[in-house]
Amino acid sequence: MKIDVNDLRVDYGDVRAIDGMTFSLDAGKIYGLLGRNGSGKTTLLSVLAGFRRESGGTVRVDGRPVFENGAVTGDVCLVRDAGETIGIGTVEDALYFAEWLRPHWDAAYADALLDRFGLRRKANVKTMSKGQRSALGVVVGLAGRSPLTMFDESYLGMDAPSRYSFYDALLADFMEHPRTVILSTHLIEEYSSLFEEVLIIDRGRLVLHEESQTVLARGTSVTGPAERVEAFTGGLTVLDTRRLGPTASAMVYGDLDDARRGQAREAGLELGPIAMQDLFVHLTEPAGDAAPAVPGRGARPGEPAAPAEPSGDAR
Amino acid sequence: MFDDRSPIYRQIADRIKADVLSGALKGDEQVMSTNQYAAFYRINPATAAKAFQQLVDEGVLYKKRGIGMFVSPAAPDALRAQRRESFFADVVDPMVAEARAIGVPLGDIVRRITETEERG
Repeated sequence: MKIDVNDLRVDYGDVRAIDGMTFSLDAGKIYGLLGRNGSGKTTLLSVLAGFRRESGGTVRVDGRPVFENGAVTGDVCLVRDAGETIGIGTVEDALYFAEWLRPHWDAAYADALLDRFGLRRKANVKTMSKGQRSALGVVVGLAGRSPLTMFDESYLGMDAPSRYSFYDALLADFMEHPRTVILSTHLIEEYSSLFEEVLIIDRGRLVLHEESQTVLARGTSVTGPAERVEAFTGGLTVLDTRRLGPTASAMVYGDLDDARRGQAREAGLELGPIAMQDLFVHLTEPAGDAAPAVPGRGARPGEPAAPAEPSGDAR
Repeated sequence: MFDDRSPIYRQIADRIKADVLSGALKGDEQVMSTNQYAAFYRINPATAAKAFQQLVDEGVLYKKRGIGMFVSPAAPDALRAQRRESFFADVVDPMVAEARAIGVPLGDIVRRITETEERG
């Protein structure tokens, strides 16, 4: 499902959780939603799922409003961090409830997933561990096959083998049944290779929306003698610089063409990649200040930033 | 699985090229699908597709619509020629620099190469 968010605002009393967000997501891709605690990830996903009403701006899923619109919400699934399960009854009951709620439910696939995660059908959801409840949430989210499926930190308490099972199952089923998937996570290193595009939000605002491979290609660490690093990085967007005696390492964000790379090598500077997690940390730092200006931030990959004020263009 | 030193898709492309160079993948042989690569490396299929697109652009692979990707018959020779071109810059020059840095006389290196050559 296609998503269009235009100048979205969400207020909790006098606290503004989402502060003028504009972006569009194409159908059939896996998106990563990254943000620090309290940045508005869960609020944004809740609005997209129709759990919460926007205070201002518009949200359209396949061109239609979501809130209190049953025609849309039946095709949308949000798995919350505690697992999208009712806290009463057994695993079997939870699946029965999900099947009743989800028009695209695949019961045979749900069964296979239960085995994969080692979940017993007769187990009481209330007495299950946190990780098992998360796994059950994952089963419900995957077997629901909703055209818009969102997992909000749905890995909490899951051990590493279970998380890998989740990633494998998600990719396999996504390739078999393409749909729009949004993954919100703090486990950036583990998740980042799953994303086709990434959205970074900070204090209720969109910092960056870009193809994840493009984001990675833009990040370059420049290491060498401090004064040469400084000379080379002059005029570039430097997210962070660390010093170790006479050596400096600068984190540069922006396209470096072959000529620039050649210059760096000639100057005896070492160029290296930057992991998504490090880029994330420095694109959302420092807490308390405005997010840094980022080239390429925008409502759609590669487009310039959207205006913060309403544009009146409700797509 | 990946060393994070270059984008994943470039590493996949490099690995396929290495297989073509070593003969593990032969001309007109079909390579695994984008989805198989994505599942194996646990990456987004669009990222795997990027590796394949790069190889198609470079003429290493060709696409048969509806069937899959195949190794170009000319790819092994072309890749070998390419590697030969950059061999001295990529392999020999750094080796000489390393030898100088740690005090290995270049004469010793030449002798070693000659011995290897004589052993066949």
